[in-house]
Amino acid sequence: MSQHPGRSGGRSGEPSGIVVRGVHRKFGDFVALDDVDLEVKPGGLTALLGPSGGGKSTLLRIIAGLDYPDRGTVEIAGQDATFLPPQRRSVGFVFQHYAAFKHLTTARNVAFGLEIRKRPKNEVAEKVQELLELVHLEQFADRLPSQLSGGQRQRMALARALAVEPEVLLLDEPFGALDAKVRKELRDWLRRLHDEVHVTTLFVTHDQEEALEVADEIVVINEGRIEQVGSPGDLYDRPANDFVMSFLGPVTRLAGELVRPHDVEVLLDERAGAVEVTVTKLLRVGYEVRAETLAADGSTPWVQLNRVQVDELGLQVGAVVWLRALVVRAAA
Amino acid sequence: MSLVAQVDRATPTARGRGRRPGELTRGAGLGLGIGVLWLSLLVLLPIAAIVSTAFEDGIAGFWEAITDPEALAAIRFTVGAAALVTLVNAVIGTLIAWVLVRDQFPGKRILEVIIDIPFALPTIVAGLVLITLYGPGGPFGINLVGTQAGVVLALLFVTLPFVVRSVQPVLIDADREVEQAAASLGASGFVIFRRVILPTITPAVVSGAALSFARALGEFGSVILISANLIGKTQVSSSYILKMIESQEPVAAAAVATLLLGVAVVVLVMLDVIQRRTARRG
Repeated sequence: MSQHPGRSGGRSGEPSGIVVRGVHRKFGDFVALDDVDLEVKPGGLTALLGPSGGGKSTLLRIIAGLDYPDRGTVEIAGQDATFLPPQRRSVGFVFQHYAAFKHLTTARNVAFGLEIRKRPKNEVAEKVQELLELVHLEQFADRLPSQLSGGQRQRMALARALAVEPEVLLLDEPFGALDAKVRKELRDWLRRLHDEVHVTTLFVTHDQEEALEVADEIVVINEGRIEQVGSPGDLYDRPANDFVMSFLGPVTRLAGELVRPHDVEVLLDERAGAVEVTVTKLLRVGYEVRAETLAADGSTPWVQLNRVQVDELGLQVGAVVWLRALVVRAAA
Repeated sequence: MSLVAQVDRATPTARGRGRRPGELTRGAGLGLGIGVLWLSLLVLLPIAAIVSTAFEDGIAGFWEAITDPEALAAIRFTVGAAALVTLVNAVIGTLIAWVLVRDQFPGKRILEVIIDIPFALPTIVAGLVLITLYGPGGPFGINLVGTQAGVVLALLFVTLPFVVRSVQPVLIDADREVEQAAASLGASGFVIFRRVILPTITPAVVSGAALSFARALGEFGSVILISANLIGKTQVSSSYILKMIESQEPVAAAAVATLLLGVAVVVLVMLDVIQRRTARRG
């Protein structure tokens, strides 16, 4: 384990990046990763986003050394790590189902990586205390994992991974096993934690909202290929293709074009480029109103409006209106 | 944080329809009653009978019976052999369970079945097979008849499945991600085994070991042929007990049986304590 004096991993020193080149991985006939190239910026919080079975977890496991590519290379902190065992990669890994050491208390779980490195006892105790405070578990130090809630277990797992000051932190669907409310809390909390601890972080998720909310950069993966890499804003506004567009947010089809339903203008008279439709349904969800329509060609575009807009337009079921896309997708 | 509050609030509250704590429902009461009756008839009553017979002639009679040189030698050898067999089983049984769960190899299914043969085979047949293989004129030219090693071999044969079968399901259920987490924290294969896997499987190893110790202590059929029943050397307690019964000395037989019972209880309790300690220490 390389512990350089003066550069204690991701904590205080220069964060390190990850470079993946031409990584290919097959499971039998199934191609999980198809010659994937990826650069993860040092110090960032990057999301690997994609549908289940798209290859994102496989990529994460290959970076962690828990799986190996058929071909291609993985570089961590400028060093070739393709065939290094996980022990020598200096990665922290957080699993969806916590992977807690059930027989050890919270404090001992966090201390594990330090204890096996035979660090002095007082140093371990100090570091563990510091980390437990960071993840708000200081009063649970002596509890067993079975006495913690899911969210607490996951924070414990995160502290455990951070204890050894890894070069990079990898999280595999870290909030996937938690209920919606805790998920949301932990998401905000991860964001804040990352602002405090600038370790290069890569997390896998299939939840586009989670990726948009938490990440600096999103990597969209589908069917073993990277579809697009960019900031959340970029990906949402300038998706590279229909897949990215429909995966990252709501879409509807207007005159054959894929558009965001909130980027559609509703007009009461005919204008150039507008499509004539009949309102078939007005669905109110709180402040939001979802207007479903039927066009002459049989397509059913829908528009996302708010109550004020609906009232101003005097929109009613059965009304004939014209729809026009406000934002035309630029070729990315 | 609201998460914190949730756990703190999760204290048990009084439930049920006015039942006082410790009171049983009708169903539970019936279940407990049947259990106690069954246990009494099958286990407690015979044990009480043995113990009372053992002390028929008072403490002095009991003491005389168990300090008889022949009895003492048989008990010493039986307990020693059982302890050795238990230790070997704990290690080898765990290893076999590991191989069966973690490795893929041709013939695995066959091995799975073979493991249980010592349970299925009548023990006297096992004894017969052992003297054919390891007796005079056996195919390997090794003669273990009348040796202590022969007895240990017979005991190892009949107790093999205990640890394997108790550890196997625990290993199957073990979460592999926990081991991967340990690896990514820098733990070597040995450290992972020692600090992550061992604490998980120790209760199963110990309960398998306890069963095999108990079985070895009382084993008769498989050892009787290969031991040749040499007094002071290969005579086991069970065969000594049989001899006492045949020579109309029920008090001596019961005394030795009672002592064995005591040893079994002490060892089982000891193993339980060890298991609790190891599971805690990690």
